Amino acid sequence: MASLEDYGEFETAWCPGCGNFSIIKALKQALVKSGLAPHQVLLVSGIGQAAKMPHYLRCNCFNGLHGRALPAATGARLANPELKIIVESGDGCSYGEGGNHFLAGLRRNIDVTMLVHDNQVYGLTKGQASPTSGEGFVTKAQPQGAYSKPFNPLAAAVGQRISFVARGFAAEADHLAGLIAEALTVRGLALIDILQPCVSFNKVNTFAWYKERVYHIDPAHDASDWQAAMKLAQEFGERIPLGVFWRGGRMAFSDHFPVLQAGPLARQGTDYAALNEIMRKFV
Amino acid sequence: MSRDEINILIGGEAGQGLATVGQGLATVLVRTGYHLVVTQDYQSRIRGGHNTFALRASVKPIQAPREGVDLLVALNQETLTLHEKELNPGAGVVADAGLTCGLAPCYNVPYAQLSGPRYLNTVALGVSSSLLGLDREAVADGLAKFLGKLSPEMAAKNQEALAAAYAHAAANPAPFTPLAPPAAAADRLLMTGNEAIALGALAAGLKLLAFYPMTPATSVALTVIAHAREMGVVTEQAEDEISAINMALGAAYAGAPALVPTSGGGFALMVEGISLAGMTETPVVIVLAQRPGPATGLPTRTEQGDLEFALHAGHGEFPRALLAPGSVEDCFHLAYHAMHLAEKHQSPVILLTDQFLADSYRAVAPFDLSGLAPVKAGGAEAGGAEAGGDYERYAITSKGISPRALPGLGRALVVSDSDEHTADGHITEDLSARAAMVDKRLRKLAGLTAEVLAPIWEGPEEAGTILVGWGSTRGAVSEAAGALRAQGRSVAACHFRQPWPLRPDQFLSRLARAGQVVMVEGNATGQMARLIRSETGLHISRQVLRYDGLPITPEFILRALGA
Repeated sequence: MASLEDYGEFETAWCPGCGNFSIIKALKQALVKSGLAPHQVLLVSGIGQAAKMPHYLRCNCFNGLHGRALPAATGARLANPELKIIVESGDGCSYGEGGNHFLAGLRRNIDVTMLVHDNQVYGLTKGQASPTSGEGFVTKAQPQGAYSKPFNPLAAAVGQRISFVARGFAAEADHLAGLIAEALTVRGLALIDILQPCVSFNKVNTFAWYKERVYHIDPAHDASDWQAAMKLAQEFGERIPLGVFWRGGRMAFSDHFPVLQAGPLARQGTDYAALNEIMRKFV
Repeated sequence: MSRDEINILIGGEAGQGLATVGQGLATVLVRTGYHLVVTQDYQSRIRGGHNTFALRASVKPIQAPREGVDLLVALNQETLTLHEKELNPGAGVVADAGLTCGLAPCYNVPYAQLSGPRYLNTVALGVSSSLLGLDREAVADGLAKFLGKLSPEMAAKNQEALAAAYAHAAANPAPFTPLAPPAAAADRLLMTGNEAIALGALAAGLKLLAFYPMTPATSVALTVIAHAREMGVVTEQAEDEISAINMALGAAYAGAPALVPTSGGGFALMVEGISLAGMTETPVVIVLAQRPGPATGLPTRTEQGDLEFALHAGHGEFPRALLAPGSVEDCFHLAYHAMHLAEKHQSPVILLTDQFLADSYRAVAPFDLSGLAPVKAGGAEAGGAEAGGDYERYAITSKGISPRALPGLGRALVVSDSDEHTADGHITEDLSARAAMVDKRLRKLAGLTAEVLAPIWEGPEEAGTILVGWGSTRGAVSEAAGALRAQGRSVAACHFRQPWPLRPDQFLSRLARAGQVVMVEGNATGQMARLIRSETGLHISRQVLRYDGLPITPEFILRALGA
């Protein structure tokens, strides 16, 4: 049985007070609770402060390009159906630079767990508006305030009926750990958008701002009720729901490939007799 | 009277089915035992426009397309108007009853009287085959084979149309010299460069293919997809080329030999991914089927304009290999080689072809699959799956190649990072570690260089003139050199099938000793000549360049040389 110690303890490059500290704590708790050993887990990330997560955790890790974590994770999933794959990155990487991949990932229902550290700002590049920044959010790059409407990732995900859609809050690590643990059991894409204050660059959506607004979704909410999930997903402002919005029953993307039932592709051979027959058809 | 060789041009609008006539005829010719080189020239549209399908068939081995037409099969008047001037002496023209051929000898066929409008292609095929002197039974067999599974009614109608065409030709003999019978009905396959690449990659144990459709690369993917279930390959049409290469890298990291076919514009989108392959030392093979640029350029035409782009694509410095097949056989063998090379050297390998070769059907001997082996990811070089908890993905080694373990297949934790990293794969800003990692990665170039495929030479060792080419122009260069030798001139041909890395010991002294060296390239600025100069100092000032979107032919080279 894996323990918290197996996942290690590392010095980080994060600001003191950053929400990432409790997210990593929640992630480790969830991994241990799920009975996963580090060598069974693959963390795939892009670029940004959140995307440094794999460096602070003992497990397999592919820290790729900004915005491209989901395609890399998709490739790894399609190569090895046995790995537990977690995609972890920020709102800019996941919804901005990687926006097209996010939409395609939702359509595929690719079977990975996607954790998005959503602090509504670019941290690594020091404070520009992100795809989830509120309208009018003032930065040095948007001195008149952000003109664009914020992206609603949860509504997009519920809209595509992926397998699991939830929202967590960095300040509620135990609750978040529970969400992650459930997400790790899901077949198909599990998205958890995680509200996370940025102490250095987001002076609007602060810990106190979130604390005043968040509430736990009523246990009576039926997460298989699509209309109800969609309605909840619209709610972001004076009140912000936390918890599981939607549990769908869509087929996981990798289940479309019979070859994956035989396990990792690296362990599978090449049938030269079959290839010879194929070649012989070119006449 | 018969001829050993013939050049057939079929022309018409997109949507008229000229490719059906062409592919049907190609199938019949190859099954009968002829050698074949096909050039497809089409416009980027689904209907209308002017398209041609050219078949050069011969009783002897041939390597390149030829200019001049011996048999013109015109599906519309425009074809006659455009190609009349290309007719060779003694040429024949097959055209519908209403079309006029000007000065050319016209063999008008009343298509409408011989069959229904849906079988016009079959009638054209039948009349052409009859003029070529091909046995009707063989054509009927070839047609059945080419058309594949049809309803019995459709199959019968096609055979009726074929019989009507042969009967018409017998009743109305034309003064046309037929093809000599082939030397022997040899065991040959008919396939394009793209199809051969797909088979070569499958032979190397390809396990994942990701792509975004782009002419002229798409048929590499389509060929793999057609056989993916039988061969245990996972394929995915990605949302864009950026996704395609990142998917391939994720899969390759996890142990699946991966391939991404594309053309120039899509390759441009993949550039950051190529850099990631360099940094994470992840094997991947990219097929770059070139077409004329910049930007969208001429989407369905050919060019060799992306050599320097492929060589330099990706920010930062890291080793790579470029392979450039010169024939359909080469497409198979170099695709196989590329997959192994990428894994062995944990580096990106780019296979450079172009529209001409990608779409060119050839008669090829079946590939010998005995002795081939699939790529073993994290193979012999790696402690691989056996590595333990202290495994270091980027262990510093004398050759630069670190043992590659695969995530999830053992206890080893495999950490790959796009940031500069320490030996364990984790992010670092230790600048001495940075320099050591750069050196380690670049040391792999020596290993790649040791395995460079030597240029292929033809003709005299001490030549008055050497014609140099790379990639798809091999056949044209070889035949042009042969034609010059037949005139009594001392001319050799030198074909680069691996433009990078270069090994001057394989070519420099021989080139330097020649009376003159001529570079033949399908681009406007002589990119390979520039590369040879920058690597060796040898300046090849005489260049035969083509960049109008058409393939280089032997005649084009001979005209440029004034020969």
